[in-house]
Amino acid sequence: MIDAAELKRRTAELLAAHPPATTDRLDFLRARFDAGLAWVHYPEGLGGLGTARSLQAVVDAELEAAGAPDNDPRRNGIGLGMAAPTILKYGTDEQKQRYLRPLWTGEEVWCQLFSEPGAGSDLAGLGTRAVREGDGDWVVNGQKVWTSSAHNARWAILIARTDPDVPKHAGITYFLCDMTDPGVDVRPLRQITGEAEFNEVFLTDVRIPDSRRLGEIGDGWKVAQTTLNNERVAIGGMRLPREGGMIGPVSKTWRERPELRTHDLHQRLLKLWVEAEVARLTGERLRQQLALGQPGPEGAGMKLAFARLNQEISGLEVELHGEEGLLYDDWTMRRPELVDFVGRDAGYRYLRSKGNSIEGGTSEVLLNIVAERVLGLPSEPRTDKDVAWKDLAR
Amino acid sequence: MSDLLYSEEEEALRSAVRDLLADHCDAPGVIARTESDAPHDLAAWKALTDGMGLAGLLVPEAQGGQGATHREVAVVLEELGRAVAPVPYLTSAVVATEALLEVGDETLLAELAAGRRIGALAVALNVAAGGAYQVVRHEGGSLHGEVTGVADAAVADVLLVPADDGGLYAVDAADATVTPQVSFDLTRPLATVTLDGTPGRLLGDAEPAVRRALRAGAGLLASEQLGVADWVLTETVRYLKERKQFNRAVGGFQALKHRLAQVWLEVVNLRAAARNAADALSTGTDVDVAVAVAQAYAAPVAVHAAEEALQLHAGIGMTWEHPIHLYLKRAKSDSIAYGTAGVHREALAELVDLQAP
Repeated sequence: MIDAAELKRRTAELLAAHPPATTDRLDFLRARFDAGLAWVHYPEGLGGLGTARSLQAVVDAELEAAGAPDNDPRRNGIGLGMAAPTILKYGTDEQKQRYLRPLWTGEEVWCQLFSEPGAGSDLAGLGTRAVREGDGDWVVNGQKVWTSSAHNARWAILIARTDPDVPKHAGITYFLCDMTDPGVDVRPLRQITGEAEFNEVFLTDVRIPDSRRLGEIGDGWKVAQTTLNNERVAIGGMRLPREGGMIGPVSKTWRERPELRTHDLHQRLLKLWVEAEVARLTGERLRQQLALGQPGPEGAGMKLAFARLNQEISGLEVELHGEEGLLYDDWTMRRPELVDFVGRDAGYRYLRSKGNSIEGGTSEVLLNIVAERVLGLPSEPRTDKDVAWKDLAR
Repeated sequence: MSDLLYSEEEEALRSAVRDLLADHCDAPGVIARTESDAPHDLAAWKALTDGMGLAGLLVPEAQGGQGATHREVAVVLEELGRAVAPVPYLTSAVVATEALLEVGDETLLAELAAGRRIGALAVALNVAAGGAYQVVRHEGGSLHGEVTGVADAAVADVLLVPADDGGLYAVDAADATVTPQVSFDLTRPLATVTLDGTPGRLLGDAEPAVRRALRAGAGLLASEQLGVADWVLTETVRYLKERKQFNRAVGGFQALKHRLAQVWLEVVNLRAAARNAADALSTGTDVDVAVAVAQAYAAPVAVHAAEEALQLHAGIGMTWEHPIHLYLKRAKSDSIAYGTAGVHREALAELVDLQAP
């Protein structure tokens, strides 16, 4: 196993061979990937060294101190957080070689074509069809929705129905879809905030070669679990300093603007401050468990907690602003490059955070998951388990 | 960043305490004891102290203790909370012991650490660190007056009594009149301490000793509250898997299981807050904020968990025979003990500079 000292030595070697000050950004990132210092827990040859994930912090600290460029991970959150671990787990050697390097460097941005207008919480009921032409390409038709970054993406992870005659979970296959295919039509989907952070994606006779299938035919649901588990880790697992989340801006306003204070708001602010601090500690505890290789069930709850907190805190913040709370910064339709929940004004935060209890699994579904998988309570009665997808009510 | 996990030694300690309490503090026994002449379980206390040396965890080895930290004490309190064990651990081994550590009284420390004597700080249970407390008169070389709401005073051998001259006095319980009060929490009964020309030995300044004792009490109470909440959740989940209505286990109904999932989430959060407070007390870093956060969070969570447990048990939960009421009573009393959540939030307002209007 490669230890921290060895990682420091290899990082120093990388910096010596490719001084950040005189090296092109992309050249540096590629060299970093090839040195196995991109994500150290990945295998050798795929940007890693097969060592402990917790040791990545050693490399990151050294590189940051040396002023090295990073891969701007926020631009490719879905690629790094969801597509990459899924490709790593289920991809062929050729797929891993082809996709992981430009994904990590940010040369190729990824998006996720999972949700559909008719398949939200019941994602496995999805209706986008992929039909194979003999032994050749797959031809895909359907509509996907809530696709962030689709307009910037070069590739998508896609799940589609390949067999409508079997129960819903069994008839899905996982693909890597070329977003430049002429049959892919990306249309902005305007949200209640005024902007279009997401898209609708219409797929019309999109041709996908079988070499871009990930996992076995009919195994798409299983493959997608890897993606979805990583999504919830990514949403709930950000490391925060005290007052690092939404409680930060409202606390700052409270301190700077005594004229806005009321007794009622004070009580509510203190209560939320405590809850935000405790949620932060819970996240820290989860990370300490992960670092020891003992993942706890706490992760399932983190997203639930942050969704509610973000909504309550931003709601309080709008009220705190009084007359200004009656205003909004800008309703102009735009397509933001990055999603920043804490960015912009209180009104934006209030509206955007409404999505926190919907995206990546609604809070209601997550409560079911906690109740059934963590507490072991009986699951909901299922009427769709043994019915062919084509015969389900819709 | 504080260490929020449990070490292997802490887990071993937990399981030893749990085994001991399984032998001593079964629910029917605890319920029966509450209406007897001896609401405290002194046999369990003897096993915890004589047998395991747990009364001396906070006392350095040189002073006759175990030289452990608040982290281990917190684990013991989690287990005592899970069993709503009627033993004076929080009051004697934490609060009175912390006061004695502050005034540096070696004799009493050694006696309390060994479990040979039980101590109680004669301050009402609802008082938070920094809050006002009752004092007795020091007059003509003896003590006069009354202090109400003193938890576990009925079994105390020595009372640590703040007086109006600013001193903290050790009073032999045999020299005082200790009158039990009918208490909401059946497993941590209160008593009135009356002194009438009672002799006391001056230990030192009361104010810093009381403050330190109550702060540690509040911070570690969060671990007891965690134990209470954890037990009622576990027991309610177990019961709802077993209880059938409408030809199904009622735990399968979303209206019920979502409520349990919510309690689970709160308990998970409370565990982080309680570990953080225990770790802060043991390292001395960020103690005031960690304790205030833990208490402001713990009290409503433990009460909510117990209230949900009662509602989800429904009829059986309303009976004297079922132990849920012991936990509800403990949780509700704990929500007042060493300062309410609101008092701790007010303290935070100063500590983190979120001032009142």
